[in-house]
Order: sequence, then structure tokens, then C-alpha cells
Amino acid sequence: MIDIKNITKSFGGRQVLAGINGSFKPGDTSLIIGGSGTGKSVLLKCMIGLIAPDTGEVLYDGRNFLTSDLNEQKAIRREMGVLFQGSALFDSKTVLENVRFPLDMLTEQSESEKVERAQECLRRVGLENAGDRMPSEISGGMKKRVGIARAIVLNPKYLFCDEPNSGLDPLTSIKIDQLISEITDEFQITTVVITHDMNSMMEIGEKIMFLYEGKKLWQGDSSTLTKSGVKELNEFINANKLIREMEK
Amino acid sequence: MSRIGSYFLFLGTLFRNREKLSVYLGLIINECTSIGVGSIFIVALVNIFIGAVTCVQTAYNLTNPFVPKYIIALIVRDSSILELAPTLSCIVLAGKVGSNIASELGTMRITEQVDALEVMGINSSSYLILPKVIASVLMFPLLVIMAAFLAILGGYIAGTLAGVISAEEYVTGLRFDYKPFGIAFALIKTVVFAFLISTISAFQGYNVSGGALEVGAASTSAVTNSCIAIVAADFVLTQLLLT
Ligand SMILES: Nc1ncnc2c1ncn2[C@@H]1O[C@H](COP(=O)(O)OP(=O)(O)OP(=O)(O)O)[C@@H](O)[C@H]1O
Ligand SMILES: [Mg+2]
Repeated sequence: MIDIKNITKSFGGRQVLAGINGSFKPGDTSLIIGGSGTGKSVLLKCMIGLIAPDTGEVLYDGRNFLTSDLNEQKAIRREMGVLFQGSALFDSKTVLENVRFPLDMLTEQSESEKVERAQECLRRVGLENAGDRMPSEISGGMKKRVGIARAIVLNPKYLFCDEPNSGLDPLTSIKIDQLISEITDEFQITTVVITHDMNSMMEIGEKIMFLYEGKKLWQGDSSTLTKSGVKELNEFINANKLIREMEK
Repeated sequence: MSRIGSYFLFLGTLFRNREKLSVYLGLIINECTSIGVGSIFIVALVNIFIGAVTCVQTAYNLTNPFVPKYIIALIVRDSSILELAPTLSCIVLAGKVGSNIASELGTMRITEQVDALEVMGINSSSYLILPKVIASVLMFPLLVIMAAFLAILGGYIAGTLAGVISAEEYVTGLRFDYKPFGIAFALIKTVVFAFLISTISAFQGYNVSGGALEVGAASTSAVTNSCIAIVAADFVLTQLLLT
């Protein structure tokens, strides 16, 4: 369970987030949607502690992340997995080394346990044979999957994905969505996904938060998405061809 | 000015909340290989020729018959050890190692690899940068010792081949009025330069924001700022230690 309370953030006098509240439950894949530049990534970065918000609280199962001391922050971070927009694999390490990196840095497991666990995660994302390759030698979709494998290697309680399917073909994109959703159900993870992708919203969006110019305008689930009555949300949805065609 | 301030704040973050020491050991060895071994060729090449040119030019300028020939070797020796080997090698290394550090860190920054380390709870600046600084401080002095030796050797080869000085005269000159402090002075300078080059370049690379263009710019300013720092530190250290 993640609760965010009254998160605000300005850059150089320009307000990017204007008091965002919300909560994300375990076992749910929660989506944050909204147009470009509405502050989705900034909100995510505030939640995972890469940007300090001006005001507000982020509670991980009741633990206040922003005000806790360094050791407690480290403990909470150990329970997070993050998939970055560009996958953020370490270029100098092989795929397998990338996946086992959190184990190397943060656990005291034996060599064989680490390899075993890293292989298991690679198998989970369907890349058990790519362990020896370098990140520069694999495709964008594979990188995303390696990124997911790395994010789940420590069995996170909280999983964050910033646009997991941007720049991917629709089929790969659906597979990645399904993978995230399956893992979330299976391990009862609290998952927060940022997306522009209408397919994802309909497919995996159990809880959806709509941001518009730094404000939360709507929250609900995919079945009520089209019946929100929020003008900005409808515009956002209607801009999407797929829905328009579905309505025909 | 505020950039200089943030440079010093940045230096502080390298040493705070470090990871376990065992983590750094492997990283330092890797960096020593890439920074040290990877730079042998260029440093050697530059210094052999610098030594050779110094020898021949000095001979060309010393036309007074009352000045003995071995003075040429003495000048090659002193200028190599005191100035050419440490300072010129470090300028070369600023170009090679400095730009490499800046572009590597800059790329890691813009591709969110630095963020990925941070969210794992790892102090990214110390994890990524400290091994590079330590490896530079360890390897640059070794490179400079090699450089001084090769510069003197280059002078010997060029001088004898060009017939401006005989082998005996050259060796006499090398041994004449030798002050061992010269070596210590060169090594002190080198350690300071190594620290400046690695931290300035890391600072430029680590704080990149934007895209590939900014990484290129950071790499350029890493080299120019390092060079400025080197000549400034060179002047200050020479004033402090040799007068
Ligand atoms: N470090 C920063 N400094 C200054 N402004 C920033 C910074 N990061 C983000 N912004 C600004 O905040 C606004 C929101 O950015 P954000 O990256 O959150 O958008 P987004 O909703 O994720 O958009 P997209 O869907 O295109 O990724 C943008 O206008 C951006 O210019
Ligand atoms: Mg974004």
C-alpha cells in the first residue's frame, strides 16, 4: 500500500504538481495517465525519492519515506523495483550481470544462489538464453524485459514502471503489459505504471489516475474510464484513434 | 563561482555513505587497467618525442663553446623530470582519461543508469566515481615515472643519432648535480593533477542534463577545465615546493 498526500512540486516558479493525493493497493496495477508534460514522470520520481517534492508525504505501508533516516530509506528502497523509461541497463555489464546486480549489492547470498535467482527472473521474462549478451546487442523490447527482470529480482513489494511500452510494437507492448500484470497478481505487488497507451489502459488498468496540468482530475477503473464526464479526460481519450474506432 | 562551490560539495558526496570496501576493490582494479594500462602507449609516445625534441633544440641553442656539452643532458633531465613528464603527460591524460570519464558518466546520467543506482539505495557518485579517482591517483604517478624515463631515453637516442652529444657526455650530464627531490616533486604534482583531472571530469559528466549534445559539451569542458586546473596547480606547486 502506497499513499501519497498533497504532493506539490515547482521548477523555477513554474508549478508542475499541484497537490496530488492518492493511494495504490497491493495486487493492483495502478495506472497514471495524462498528456505529455503534465508531470507524470515528476510524480513518479517524487514517489521513489529521485526528486524531493516541495510539500507532501509518501507513505510506504505507513512508513514516511521522505522524512525517514538513511537506513530506513535504504530498507524501503530494497523493497522497490523500478523500470525506467529507457530501461537504464548498465552498458558495461551483460544481461545476466545486470539482473544480478541488486543481489550483488544488497544481499549476502552465495554465488550460486545469485545466479540461480537471476536466471529464474530472466526465465520469467522469457530471456533465459540472453544472459551473456550485452545491452547494446539486444532490442528495445528485450531491454524492457531485462529491466523488468532486474526490477523484480529482489522480490519487490512495490513496482514502478515509467512508460513500459513506449516505442514498442503493439504485440510486444501487450506482452509486457501482461507480464507486469501477472507478476503483480502473483506476488501481490503494489504496482504503479505510467502510460499513454490506450491498449494498456483497457487491458491492465485496474485503477487509473488521470493527471492534467499537474492536477489529479479523475480516478477510477477502466470500466468507468469513458463515463467520467471529465472534459479533459474525454478529450485525452478521444484523441486516441483506437477508441474512436471502437465507438463506430 | 557557484560552480566551484558545487564542485566542492560534490567532492563531499564521494566520501559520504560509501558502500562496503570490498565492492570498491574489484572496481578499482578494473579502472586501473583501463586508466593505467590503456594510457601507456600514448604517454610513452608523446614523452619519447618530447625528450628527443628537447635534446636537439637545446643543442641547437647552446652555441657557446665554453658551455660543456653535458649541460644538454642536464637540461633534458631536469626539464623532463620537473615539468615535461608530469605536466605534459597529465595534459595528455586529461584529454584521454578526462574526456572518457566525463562522457561515460554523462551517458549514464542521461540514460537514467545513475537514477537506477540511486533507487537501489546505492550512493551513485561514490560507487561510480571514487574507483576512478583512486585508480587515477594510483596509476598516473606510475605513468609519469615511465614518462620521465622515456623522455630522457628519447633525448639520448635523438642526441646521439643526430651527433649533437656523445653517449658519454649525455650520461655525465644526467649524473651531474642531481637532486633527488626532483622526483618527489614530480610525483607530488602528478598526484594533485590526477585528483584534479578525475574529479573535475567526473563532476562535469555526473551533472549532465539533457542529451547526447550535452554529453559532448561536458566532455569538452572536462578537458578544458582540467587543463586550466593543471596549469594553475602547476604554478602554485612550483612556487610552494621549489622556492
Ligand atoms: N528537472 C527538471 N527541471 C525543470 N523542469 C522539469 C524537470 N523535470 C521535469 N520538468 C518539467 O516538468 C514538467 C512535467 O514533466 P514530466 O516529465 O513529469 O512530464 P510527463 O507527464 O512525464 O510527460 P511525458 O509523457 O512526455 O513523459 C515538464 O514541463 C518539464 O519541463
Ligand atoms: Mg514522462
